[in-house]
Amino acid sequence: MRRPARLLALVAVTLLAGCGKPQFSDAEKKTVASLALSNLPALKTDTTNRFADLPAAAALGSTLFFDLSMSRDGTVSCSTCHKIDRQFQDDLPQAVGVGRTNRRTMPLAGVARDPWFFWDGRRDSLWAQALTPLENPLEQAGNRAAYAHYIKARFGERYERIFGPLPDLSSIPANASPLGNDAEQAAWKAMSGAQRDAVNRVFANIGKAIAAFERSIEPQPTRFDRFAVDLVTGAKPRPEDAFSPQEIQGLKLFIGKANCVTCHNGPRFTDNSFHNTGVPPVKDLPPDRGRIDAVAQVEADPFNCLSAYRDGDASACGELRFMVRDAPQLVRAYKTPSLRGAADRPPYMHAGQFSSLDEVVAHYAKASPSVEGVSEVHPLDLSDRERAALVAFLKTLSEQAGQ
Amino acid sequence: MASIWRYLLAGLGLTALLAGILAVVYLMAPQWGQPTGPDVSRSKASENGLFVASFQPEAGAVRQGELETWLLTLKTKAGAPVEGAAIAISGGMPQHDHGLPTSPQATDYLGEGQYRIEGVKFTMSGWWQLHFAISATAGSDTVVFNVVL
Repeated sequence: MRRPARLLALVAVTLLAGCGKPQFSDAEKKTVASLALSNLPALKTDTTNRFADLPAAAALGSTLFFDLSMSRDGTVSCSTCHKIDRQFQDDLPQAVGVGRTNRRTMPLAGVARDPWFFWDGRRDSLWAQALTPLENPLEQAGNRAAYAHYIKARFGERYERIFGPLPDLSSIPANASPLGNDAEQAAWKAMSGAQRDAVNRVFANIGKAIAAFERSIEPQPTRFDRFAVDLVTGAKPRPEDAFSPQEIQGLKLFIGKANCVTCHNGPRFTDNSFHNTGVPPVKDLPPDRGRIDAVAQVEADPFNCLSAYRDGDASACGELRFMVRDAPQLVRAYKTPSLRGAADRPPYMHAGQFSSLDEVVAHYAKASPSVEGVSEVHPLDLSDRERAALVAFLKTLSEQAGQ
Repeated sequence: MASIWRYLLAGLGLTALLAGILAVVYLMAPQWGQPTGPDVSRSKASENGLFVASFQPEAGAVRQGELETWLLTLKTKAGAPVEGAAIAISGGMPQHDHGLPTSPQATDYLGEGQYRIEGVKFTMSGWWQLHFAISATAGSDTVVFNVVL
């Protein structure tokens, strides 16, 4: 009688050990590994910007990035919204430059790896992106002729050491741009084609210098990355790196039942694509249809990859050449943001619609239909405990890895 | 006597252990026993049998999240290369109700029935479908390739 009892106990212990220990299947481990920062490939050369990896260009770009004079009234720089001590974002629901915009400032870690820029992808290179706020009347509100004059006066020597001789700007109006106010547009129209090209070239190089600087802004390893490496290598985590049962539950939900990893995939937790997830519009903002309206804008951008201002050959322009131009899925579709550091930067979504990660998770669980177009999100049955676990996991993407 | 009991108990114990392990394996692998996934063969006859098509990534392996070039090779039933075909490409993820993230196009004819398909991109893991509508002198037909990542 004693023996069968002992044997039964042994069987029970073996089974329990089998159930309790390995929390991750091989498939789950593979997915976790695919999310680790150690899996991030080296940053590719940007052939459209031959100055992208030139230290002098990055240094000039850094100066320009923080320079308040790079705006109409001398009060706004890139760093006004992309704050260096705040993950290069501003904690506001909508960015405020010279005026209030209709979109949330995006953080910049890993931005040089994006194929598309802005929430709707209305620019197709980092350098073309950098030019856009410079002339947006709600952001830096300047004009390209004024920027060219300013660069020549303030940074002429530095500019010429990187990009070669500046053009003769003596006959160029002080203020002119195809996007400016009526007087600036009229001045732009009055310029010759050669003059416009000369200004555009200086303007494009401003973007290329800023992009060279931004390439250095990369995501940093977090507690999750340490955990992922330990999980995959089978190493025993140090006590400070180990995940709590709640964080483990959250990670398993993230890559499993909650389907987050479908779009938030790879080491940057983004598929770099656009999705309608039923995020509601903000009442007092102008109509916003997301990607569907950005297609024409990027095609018309005089600084896009197929323009004369691109360096290198057109083989780098695949994203633009083969982009989806007209499909119902583009309506109110916005870029999948990276989730690295997200826990530390509310509010969330393209216009700061949600003030906490709890609200974000609740939105995805409920999966309300979109006001226009069709949401790709399906309702999820998540308990309060499961929602809290997802949020706990997301926080591990913000905490620095132990040294 | 004692040894027989021991063997019996050991046998019983091992059976119980095996049952336990099988139960755990069964519980942890819910996908087992379900219908097998889509046909992922890279070479097949078109819907109405007009063509034999094969579809391969130019780089050999599929890389998620990268813009890729694939090669579509079209032959007639008799094995002759299909030249001058007009090819329209669409597709998406049947389980997510969305289309492709890019618009792949046939950009070049390489000879021997081989067409270069540029702009292919799979942004997420899962089941993708690529539909090819092919029009050539032999007639028009379609073929669907499944790619599972």
